[in-house]
Amino acid sequence: MADKFDVIVVGAGPAGTSCAYTAAKAGLNVLLIERGEYPGSKNVMGGILYRKQMEEIIPEFWKEAPLERPVVEQRFWFLDKESMVTTSYKGLEWGKEPFNNFTVLRAKFDRWFAGKAVEQGALLINETVVTECIVEDNRVVGVRTDRPDGDVYADVVVLADGVNSLLGKSLGFHKEWKPDEVALTVMEVLNLPKKTINERFNVADDQGVSVEIFGDSTQGLLGTAFLYTNKDSLNIGVGTTLSGMIKKKLKPYHLLEYVKEHPMIRPYIEGGETSEYLAHLIPEGGYKSVPRLVGNGVMIVGDAAQFVNAIHREGSNMAMSSGKMAAEAIVRAKELDDFTERTLDSYRKELYNSFIGKDLKKYKDVTHTFEEHPQYFTDYIPMMNKAANSFFTVDGSPKKEKQSRIIKSITEGKGKIAVAKDLYRAWKVMK
Amino acid sequence: MEGDEIMAKTIEEKQYLVRFRCDTKSHLEVKDENVCLTSCPDKDCTIFCPADVYKWEGDRMHVGYEGCHECGSCRIGCPADNIKWEYPKGGHGIVFRLA
Repeated sequence: MADKFDVIVVGAGPAGTSCAYTAAKAGLNVLLIERGEYPGSKNVMGGILYRKQMEEIIPEFWKEAPLERPVVEQRFWFLDKESMVTTSYKGLEWGKEPFNNFTVLRAKFDRWFAGKAVEQGALLINETVVTECIVEDNRVVGVRTDRPDGDVYADVVVLADGVNSLLGKSLGFHKEWKPDEVALTVMEVLNLPKKTINERFNVADDQGVSVEIFGDSTQGLLGTAFLYTNKDSLNIGVGTTLSGMIKKKLKPYHLLEYVKEHPMIRPYIEGGETSEYLAHLIPEGGYKSVPRLVGNGVMIVGDAAQFVNAIHREGSNMAMSSGKMAAEAIVRAKELDDFTERTLDSYRKELYNSFIGKDLKKYKDVTHTFEEHPQYFTDYIPMMNKAANSFFTVDGSPKKEKQSRIIKSITEGKGKIAVAKDLYRAWKVMK
Repeated sequence: MEGDEIMAKTIEEKQYLVRFRCDTKSHLEVKDENVCLTSCPDKDCTIFCPADVYKWEGDRMHVGYEGCHECGSCRIGCPADNIKWEYPKGGHGIVFRLA
């Protein structure tokens, strides 16, 4: 191993790998360090990978990457105890090039992606934990690993160490996350024959469906459940803020069983054989939780920087883009031979000008608002279900009468002003 | 076997399906046993841990680090900040194969 690299990237998830790939492709000498047995072995994702940001790194990646199915239908279910209101968009154009998004199994995908970075010349070292950054004269100059004689040096260290981000915290770039800044998500992979999946979800072999499930699936807590179709398996999972889980004294795997047993969900997964159970945190603090991103000789990307848009279930795409932007800033810094915070800061500026900064800013108050006002989940989704039930039940009463009864039942319980306030608040934080 | 029986239901069944490459040394440590005993009536970690790593036994916290998913919830969620949380040694700990 060379004593000194241009770049050391800590963590071979989507953020770290895209950074390593981009930097190596530009001719830099890159070391990519992964603590797992292989890239992806510590990573969890519900399973939706967006095409656009990945394509900006590897054009036409879908021709060789290990993907499950291109998603042609996005469904949204608003659950009550024994009913649901659903909405969906299905578009066959999503099933053709260039596609919109794919279901993927991360352990397979991340391993492949890291292999592509290696093809570009990055050196990948697995099974190695970075225990701390080596700091000299207020500048990060390398990392200390848990290997014997494990100090390695570089001009720039990129922290892509994920949601737990021990390194960013140890540098003082942010404090420990609070329980309302992270979502605890558990999921299972259920094996099912391809034919069964196709029949139940009404798709062909090369078409996938994603289902986002709100309401009773989190027992009124801020969060969602999800159900995604892979080739021969389903990913089913549920997540809520850790603070919500603690407050309600919920066991996450009990909540998952509740979801699996839900009468609206069970028919889709029946007969599935659990092949793996996974748990992970998602950084959902949003804009206000983004830490300091750049220091002398150091940058933070991906989950470690809280780049997740919970409203649109985007994260891995933000991770990839942030990693790529960090690499581009390093390439510019290399040309100037200046790795100070001032030069590397072009990454931060570019990031805030990109969809990442703009989307995080747009939704900066959403999570906190919904956490403080759980009525959207506890009251409005059941109301929606009751309204639909009442409107579509043919019982001899005229529709106009029904309509006014529905509106009355909604405003009566809470009062017209409270409902108007709730609507205005939701519109304001989402607009 | 009927479909219903092959779907994992209990946490023991779920954990059984996960691959762990255990280190002999724990990467999780209760900083001060006394804090759990005297100033933590709810023992939240025994509830929210997705792998049931924490179990209150008699008057002390048992930490089954071998089944840890390394999610970090216990470190963030412990009301007394009483858990020393590290990554397991390189290559050790949980090994996800799929999602």
